[in-house]
Order: sequence, then structure tokens, then C-alpha cells
Amino acid sequence: MKKEEVPQDESSLSKANIKEVVYAVDKDGKYGKALSSGWEAKTIALNESLDLIEEQLQETIQKIKEGELSPIAFYMESQRMDVVVLSGYVGIWQWRVKRHLKAKIFKKLGEKTLKKYAEAFEISLEELKNPKI
Amino acid sequence: MKINFEHNQSAHCENGVVSNLLNYNGLQVSEPMVFGIASGVFFIYIPFVKVNFAPMFSFRPVPGFIFSRVSKRLGFKIKRHKFKSKEKAQQVLDAELSKNNPVGLQVGVYNLTYFPDEYRFHFNAHNLVVYGKDGDNYLISDPVMQDVTTLSAKELEKVRFAKGPFAPNGHIYYPTELPNQIDLKKAITKGIKQAYRHMLAPVPVVGYRGIRYVAKRIRKWPDKIGVKKTNHYLGQLVRMQEEIGTGGGGFRFIFAAFLQEASVIMENPRLAELSEEMTAIGDQWRDFAIDASRLYKNRSRETDAYNKIADKLDAIGLAEKAFFLDLKKAIK
Repeated sequence: MKKEEVPQDESSLSKANIKEVVYAVDKDGKYGKALSSGWEAKTIALNESLDLIEEQLQETIQKIKEGELSPIAFYMESQRMDVVVLSGYVGIWQWRVKRHLKAKIFKKLGEKTLKKYAEAFEISLEELKNPKI
Repeated sequence: MKINFEHNQSAHCENGVVSNLLNYNGLQVSEPMVFGIASGVFFIYIPFVKVNFAPMFSFRPVPGFIFSRVSKRLGFKIKRHKFKSKEKAQQVLDAELSKNNPVGLQVGVYNLTYFPDEYRFHFNAHNLVVYGKDGDNYLISDPVMQDVTTLSAKELEKVRFAKGPFAPNGHIYYPTELPNQIDLKKAITKGIKQAYRHMLAPVPVVGYRGIRYVAKRIRKWPDKIGVKKTNHYLGQLVRMQEEIGTGGGGFRFIFAAFLQEASVIMENPRLAELSEEMTAIGDQWRDFAIDASRLYKNRSRETDAYNKIADKLDAIGLAEKAFFLDLKKAIK
């Protein structure tokens, strides 16, 4: 990549006033650092991935409304976690976390367990029980 | 309290932390040099590990390898601590700072307040340097950022104790016992040798074979898993290749920069020629990314489009094979 070819497209980085370092050659073929504000090709890739997360979240919301999944699934996904990450934050085994994603099991959970989830998501118990979805 | 630490923005966080910490300790080593000595150039495809609903592709070694390989090859030691207790983690950090010792920290990205929202994922192998404390605020040198920044004690504790895969557990590290003289030539040779060994490894999912294997899969994916999933998988590949921290082209440009620098130190003009070849390969990777992004933007349904992009990736695999065989000859 030549220095004058370093892409300067708009991206989520440029919106936050961040530029990233890439390596490129100057006219004499010498390597050095160059700053890039973003590149359309990778912005497309990133947006594709974010769209998928959003799509997944909408599906989950639907399933919560239908009484299949618990609010834990909603907060987990909206904070971009999966069962492995959430299990780490609440200090509960993964297989138990998986169970807690079901609406039926969620209803039977005690205050102590619910509190762990509320703390991990940094929300109140009230918000955990009645998510605004 | 502020340590007189020089912040240099870098492409990749781990290279950057290593390079900046060594510079502070009187050892001038550039980011590409760190990357090359650590044999940072790599490729692996792990189909059974799913990240964000897509298989894992990686253009770099496992986090942490860069620092440990550099320390081994340049002959210095690293002191590392991990903690169960958050209080203890902060005490040790404060103690090192008061000794005028800037330290590297492994942190989770999700709660880094200065990152844009789109980049906040639960990725726990990010690295930064703490070089001082001002009241309740820690002075932060994050190598991928242009300027230094700060985090409150609470914010720093949160990212040091992020949870999930690669959980940092407060991981703090710094170089100790730096040698008076380093043998850069020997370190470079070792770095290059391991790089071509890995890239030419007789393992189907590693190195140039891994790249060609993925090319083969791309031809089958549209029929097997559908166009939508195929596009998502390609998106994942492009993100791993080009995302912040790679220096562009799946780290290939950093490696080319390393070869150019190494050519002078080793007095080996062949390495400079190979640097140019690696630049051309990096450009091929960029080309591939453009084509892939067009595919999922236009939601193309013709399978021929996937064959074409697979051809391109296969050509990259073959180019890397030829390149690393030449590199092997050049270093003898």
C-alpha cells in the first residue's frame, strides 16, 4: 500500500475523531506509519456484523414476548455478551445460565440470583424483571 | 505522579506496548521490528470455534505470544502478576508507578470509555500502558490511540477485571533485567525462521494451506449454508484482516516494513526485495476485502461471484507459499 492510497473514508472511528495507524510506503519505497480515518470496505464488514447482532436481538425480544425466553436473554444480547461471558460476570456455571434464559425457569429464580444478574448488567431488580422492550 | 513516558501510536496494541516499554527502558525497537522478531505474521482457520456466529480466522499468533517471544529472543525477562483480589491488583499497580516503572496491563475492550460504541466488544486481550496517576485518575497510553488519555480508578478496575474468554484477572507486566547488549541479527533470524515454518506448516488449516483451504470452503458455502451465512463468514474474515490493530492487509504491511528494516541490519538486500513482494501480497489482501465487501453489499446470488472471490483468495495462498519458500532461501 502506498501512502497516497491510504484510505480516508468516513467511519465510526472518524466520527469519534480517532485515526488508526497503518503501514505504507512513500515515493522512495520506504516504509513508515500513516494515519487512516477509515475504509469503506471494512466499515461495510463491521456494519454487516452489527446488523446481525441487532437482528438477533429483535428475534430474542419476540421470543420474550411470546413467553419463551427470559429478560436475561435480552440484557445479555443487548450488552453484546454470550453465555460464556455472562457466566463469568455473574459467577454462575454456564449450564445454569443457559437454563436461566428460559422464561419458565426465570420465574422461579430467587432474589439472590436475580441480584447477581442485575449487578452484572448494572440495572435495578425492577428493570431486570420488567425490561422495556 | 507522572512518569516521563513517550507515547507512540502503533498499529497493533501488543507490539505497541512492547515497543514503547522497551524504548522507555533504553532499548530502541520499532513496532515492525517487535512484530518480526516475534514471528507475528500468521494465518489460521478454526472452523469449530465460533466467534459472533462465524468461524474464527486469525492473522496473528495467540495474544501474549508476541511479548514472550520478543523477550526470549532479545534476552530480557518479564515480570507478570495476575490477581484474584481487586484491591491487591491496584496496590501492586500503585507500587510500581511510585517506583517510576510504567507497566503494561491486559484489559477488556468492552468498558473502555474512550472507544467508539461500534468497537466495544467483549474482547479481553487488549493491551495498554499506565504511566502515572493524577489524583483518582490513571494516566493511560493506549498504543492504538493517537494521544494519551486517562481512566478513573473505578474504570480501570472494571477493564482489568473483565470476564469471559482470556479474562485478564488484573494481569500486569513489565520488562526486567534488560541486557546491555542485544544480538539483533540473531533475534531477526529466529523470528524469520519461525515465521516461514508456521506459514509453510504441513497442517491443512494453518499458513498458506489454511488460506487455500478457506478458498475451497468459500466455493461450497453458498450451497451448503446459504448466501446470507456465507456473506457473514466473509465479513468476519475481512474484519479480522483489516480491523484496527492489523496495520492493514492482515498484518502483511507491518511484516513488509519489518523485512525492509531487517534488510539493512542483516546487510541482506534480498530481504528488501522480499519486502516489496510482501507489500504486493498485502495489496492482494486489500483487493480481496474490496471484492468481499461488494459481494455482501450487493447481496449477489450468483455462485460464480463466490468462485471468483475464492480464486482470488487461492491466488493469495499460492503467492504466500512462494514468498515464504523464497524467504527460507534468503535467510540461510
